[in-house]
Amino acid sequence: MNLRYTTTILLFMLVSVAAAERSIDAMRGDSPISEETAPPRMPQEENTDIKRGRNYPMQPPTIPHKIDGYQVDLNSNKCLSCHSRRRTEESQAPMVSVTHYMDRDGNFLAEVSPRRYFCNQCHVTQTNARPLVENTFQDIDEILKKRVNAQ
Amino acid sequence: MKRWLLDWWRTLSTPSKYFSPGFLTVGGFIAGVIFWGAFNTALEATNTEVFCISCHEMHNNVYQELKPTIHYTNRSGVRATCPDCHVPHEWTDKIARKMQASKEVWGWVFGTINTREKFLDKRIELAKREWLRLKTNDSLECRNCHDFQFMDFTRQSPRAERDHATILASGEKTCIDCHKGIAHKLPDMADVKGW
Repeated sequence: MNLRYTTTILLFMLVSVAAAERSIDAMRGDSPISEETAPPRMPQEENTDIKRGRNYPMQPPTIPHKIDGYQVDLNSNKCLSCHSRRRTEESQAPMVSVTHYMDRDGNFLAEVSPRRYFCNQCHVTQTNARPLVENTFQDIDEILKKRVNAQ
Repeated sequence: MKRWLLDWWRTLSTPSKYFSPGFLTVGGFIAGVIFWGAFNTALEATNTEVFCISCHEMHNNVYQELKPTIHYTNRSGVRATCPDCHVPHEWTDKIARKMQASKEVWGWVFGTINTREKFLDKRIELAKREWLRLKTNDSLECRNCHDFQFMDFTRQSPRAERDHATILASGEKTCIDCHKGIAHKLPDMADVKGW
């Protein structure tokens, strides 16, 4: 038996032992490949209509209501049928921020700028799902407060 | 023409030569029942979703759009089929709508919307016709199921509650004014009021 052959086998064994010890954190979790995982339940969309706070000033506000079946395409924009400047008086919905009427050169347009047209690129609904990982985000106010307290 | 009409009148106004009055009345009654039954069966057959989507125009366009909406699939499994929303339930109105629909047969024969492109080009016209119909009859087909009297506002979202309790309750607006495009995709809404 030549040396190369033996080394290959040894290496292969090492790798397989290592793989077996480390549990692979895939989407399917710990369940073996021969079994099917139970999918998590579909979370419920929050529909409270109550504004949520923002974690930082530039954060796009989250949507506090359901948007099932809202059509946003070339033909129509269901979001803007309440949130556009012309519609807010009747709908009493908050108007989309004025920045959405600006093009990239800072010129104000009559309508929502095409680059801001697809609301869901930034604004999303929230569900009652539990976070998969802990969130360590700290508000700027908390950081400043810590700073002051430390001094 | 006049002679022909007069001949017919004479035939109809002279007493029957061979048939007894009993045969004529009872036979006429039975024939009437059969005719009416057949007519109604045929009418109801055209009032099913299976009939509607037997044409590819309906099956490939509007039916596919209906499928992901809440009027097709939902938690309780109650669903609306095409005629529930597009054909009045009252008999006289239904017959009126069916007569209008004969124009749709014409459109089917001559392929007015037999391609996706033709359908999309015509969608605004078709949609406006349905919106106008629902606006005129105060969203009757919606109200066949969604009865305002039995709406529990406390189970609605605050936005829905506010609008239903004010502008819907006062009759200022009707269902279709706000709920456009809930079962099918919308055409270009640029010149539609409220969009």
